[in-house]
Amino acid sequence: MVRSDVQLMLDAKAGDEASFDFLLQKYRSPLVNFLYRMVRDTATAEDLAQEVFLRIYRARKQYTPSAKFTTWLFRIATNVALNSVRDNRYDKLAVSLDAPVDDENSAPRELPAREMRIDEHMIERDRTEFIQRAIASLPEKQRVAVLLHKYEEMDYGEIARILDCSESALKSLLFRAYETLRVQLAPLVTQPVERRAGEGRPS
Amino acid sequence: MKCEDVSKELIAYLDHRASPAERRKVEEHLGGCAACRTRVDEFRKIWTVMDEVPAIEPSFGFDARVRQRVAAEPRRRWFSGFVPAPRVVFAAGLLIALGVWVARLPLSDPGAPPTVAAIQQQDFNAIKDLGVLENYDVVTKMDALSELAPATTPQPDKPQPEEPSSND
Repeated sequence: MVRSDVQLMLDAKAGDEASFDFLLQKYRSPLVNFLYRMVRDTATAEDLAQEVFLRIYRARKQYTPSAKFTTWLFRIATNVALNSVRDNRYDKLAVSLDAPVDDENSAPRELPAREMRIDEHMIERDRTEFIQRAIASLPEKQRVAVLLHKYEEMDYGEIARILDCSESALKSLLFRAYETLRVQLAPLVTQPVERRAGEGRPS
Repeated sequence: MKCEDVSKELIAYLDHRASPAERRKVEEHLGGCAACRTRVDEFRKIWTVMDEVPAIEPSFGFDARVRQRVAAEPRRRWFSGFVPAPRVVFAAGLLIALGVWVARLPLSDPGAPPTVAAIQQQDFNAIKDLGVLENYDVVTKMDALSELAPATTPQPDKPQPEEPSSND
């Protein structure tokens, strides 16, 4: 008989270590990938994934099946990842336009010139890096929404619960995020994958 | 219908999660709006581009490290259910200290019967001036002063004691 995630977690709560191990096996890959796309560093993503599983383990005695297990798991993962990004500033290019300006007298923020970044990345022929940087440059909430929607293929209700917003607000959030990415990634759409080898700058 | 009115449903329309009513609304708009048709087409294309980001696999020792950290967690013992949380211990200690402090406060109930020590003090006060009362000269002078009292003006710094209504 296949046990649901909630049942596995309830069994782990009752002291069954094998159930916790089963959940670890099932979600290790999606969790590490989500965290990798958030922090863009493999070793950090694995460290954070360990931290998430440890938090799940510590909280098992207080677990109540009020929501889907994945909602709980990715909510913890989102908090851990955002704290890590804020603390360590892994990505200097991840400028949030929604974030308040700390010092009014400081120089205005300069967004990296898109042409320059495209140029650099086309020279390096690294489309993947360019896509990841475009996603990382989104404001935090939009970034999480896009990663959960596009790569984890979660439904709107679950993403909304993870981000603690309404489904309607989430749809607006996703539209704004994909609008930004539509502009940011436009050069990659007009520059198909087949052409990148052997060619330098986009025409 | 304006583009802004339909924009919120565009993503749900594209990933086939929109309701039939929402789909109809979007399709009606797309039929008459070239800009939104282009936008939808470009959304589809960037989703294809985003698929180029490869998935990674956790490293070989990932599970072992998680298990190691889990094993290092302190285990719950059979008596751990009886051990109160630190905040409960703190609150109980605070209550006990408060109880001891209140219990040590002196009683000041006016209706309470006098203690042996209080009675002894009253007796002492009564006999303390006995020597003065036995001195005849002092007593007669005090009587003479009491006769003069109504004629003299009362001293402002020495308030006159109230005279009892009946003379015993």
